Amino acid sequence: MNHAWTPEIKNELDAIVAKYETKRAPILEILRTLQERFGYITKETEAAVGKYLEIPAINVREVMTFYTLFYAKPRGKKCLRVCRTLTCALLGAADLVEHAEQKLGIKAGETTPDGEYSLYAVECLGACEIAPMMQVDDDEYVGAVTKEKIDQVIKR
Amino acid sequence: MEKLISRYFRPGHTYWMADYERDEGYEQARAVFDKYDAKSLIDEVKKANLRGLGGAGFPAGVKWSFVPQDTGKPVYLVVNADEGEPGTFKDKYIIRHVPHLLLEGIIIAAYANNVHKAYIYIRGEYVQPYLILKKALEEAYAKGYLGRNIFGKGYDLEVVIHRGAGAYICGEETGLLESLEGKQGKPRLKPPFPAVVGLFGCPTVINNVETLSYLPFILRRGAEWFADLGSEKNGGMRLFSVSGHVEKPGVYELPMGVPLSEIIYTHAGGIRGGRELKAVVPGGLSAAILRADEIGVGMDFDQLRALGTMAGSAGVIVMDNTTCMVTALMVTMRFYAHESCGQCSPCREGTGWVYRILKRICEGHGRAADIDNMADICSFMGGTTICALADGAAMPLRSYPQKFRPEFEAFIEKRRTEIETDGSGELSHGLPKRGTQARAIL
Ligand SMILES: Cc1cc2nc3c(=O)[nH]c(=O)nc-3n(C[C@H](O)[C@H](O)[C@H](O)COP(=O)(O)O)c2cc1C
Ligand code: SF4
Ligand code: FES
Repeated sequence: MNHAWTPEIKNELDAIVAKYETKRAPILEILRTLQERFGYITKETEAAVGKYLEIPAINVREVMTFYTLFYAKPRGKKCLRVCRTLTCALLGAADLVEHAEQKLGIKAGETTPDGEYSLYAVECLGACEIAPMMQVDDDEYVGAVTKEKIDQVIKR
Repeated sequence: MEKLISRYFRPGHTYWMADYERDEGYEQARAVFDKYDAKSLIDEVKKANLRGLGGAGFPAGVKWSFVPQDTGKPVYLVVNADEGEPGTFKDKYIIRHVPHLLLEGIIIAAYANNVHKAYIYIRGEYVQPYLILKKALEEAYAKGYLGRNIFGKGYDLEVVIHRGAGAYICGEETGLLESLEGKQGKPRLKPPFPAVVGLFGCPTVINNVETLSYLPFILRRGAEWFADLGSEKNGGMRLFSVSGHVEKPGVYELPMGVPLSEIIYTHAGGIRGGRELKAVVPGGLSAAILRADEIGVGMDFDQLRALGTMAGSAGVIVMDNTTCMVTALMVTMRFYAHESCGQCSPCREGTGWVYRILKRICEGHGRAADIDNMADICSFMGGTTICALADGAAMPLRSYPQKFRPEFEAFIEKRRTEIETDGSGELSHGLPKRGTQARAIL
């Protein structure tokens, strides 16, 4: 896949950097923006970000590995993040993770071989009022999750 | 009951600029430049007894008075919208329903501390709230309420929204600063405190979203009125995030010092299905657990501390009598083992070690000595580390087995017997299979 930076992307990144006091500071926003474009961050992108922000590649690597929302490999087209922390656990999260694993034939943390689905068991997403909950793709919070709801999300 | 912030919480509704301005919006931010100088404004906030509502409860006005104004360096304001403490979701409500209230609070706090640049650090998973905040920010810039010469008062204020990327530890203020500087979010050794050496080496004020959102109310109605709403030294109200085994989970804004029993039974509708209450976490996952007979306590920073727990982020997690405390503690310690940043041995090793012990107990291989071993590990975790995550992990770790010791003992003994007799030791995610005692929680 081509993860080259078009002039448009470059402009977008420049605008982000301009808001900060140092070049390094906006790295989370830079990686996030690139990941939104390309789906994940390749080794080449990492190197390019290092060069662009004028920091050693190892500093980019450190950031990539520290934060859970950056992906070094392609994810499934659909992404399920089932919360497993206390409130969700009290309301059935473990069963739900297990159900999703069985349904998709993968373990939490994996992607189906056909590249369609990724499944994660995650920590509290700040939506315990709708527990048990999960995040579908990167922006949708789904509450009062049941096995049936998981099936529906997988199907749609 | 009077509502302050939560009167803007209309389901499905966001108060955009026009709406908010029609409802007292930005009146205080506009007036503050003429009514106060920095010192009198800080005094007003001190008088209001406004406590830091991110978790530590430090009085906001006092914190501001520590910021040196004579270093020749700029002062930054950093808004903590990381909202990572499990059981807490109130900052999301503020941002979703009334983002301009936060922005107005930011203007007031900036003026009090001579700040011309503020960062809002919002947790990376909050995509919709981020988009709402971004749009509100654009509205405020368009109106001239942010940027150069705001309200025509000759004061400049830039605000930048910065998204986190999924790490609980970045909610800790110095981890947050590291993250905001483009590094791993590993907390800094204190002192120096951020008020003196913070973002980019400059004096920095860090406040939680909710703390700042009360500022417009303090100026609207006066510091004394605000202080009187709450309890002794705990001014005003706060947003309680209530979740778990209650009929009506949600955010409830109540006066500081309100009895926990009132939150659960009057506001959150009581225990689901009329069951019995077993235990409550009163202030986010890192607070010590309370038994059902302790819910008479007044919910403020000082009363909860006196009871050996903490008010924290006001995340109230309610557990009914179907809850297995051993599994609940295992789930809790799994969180800390996962989120420890790994800098300090007591935290990195302690959280992982305890989690593995609890997992083994849940799998039916507990040993009688485990309970005391965990207490031992706990005793070296608190107070020996760079940040308070380890203390936060130690609170549940100490309190669960202390308050529910017979249950822990019975679990260890019974599970082992069960496994020996029926051989059903098979597990998923380290959790026992259905039909065993531990399944009650799941
Ligand atoms: C491990 C840890 C996590 C924290 N997470 C948050 C958080 O998500 N949001 C927050 O506002 N404060 C959090 N805090 C508290 C902050 O360090 C800090 O006290 C707070 O942001 C100060 O603002 P306040 O005085 O207005 O409460 C956390 C503290 C610790 C030790
Ligand atoms: S106490 Fe834990 S989370 Fe905090 S700095 Fe040390 S290792 Fe990191
Ligand atoms: S515990 Fe699942 S969203 Fe908070």
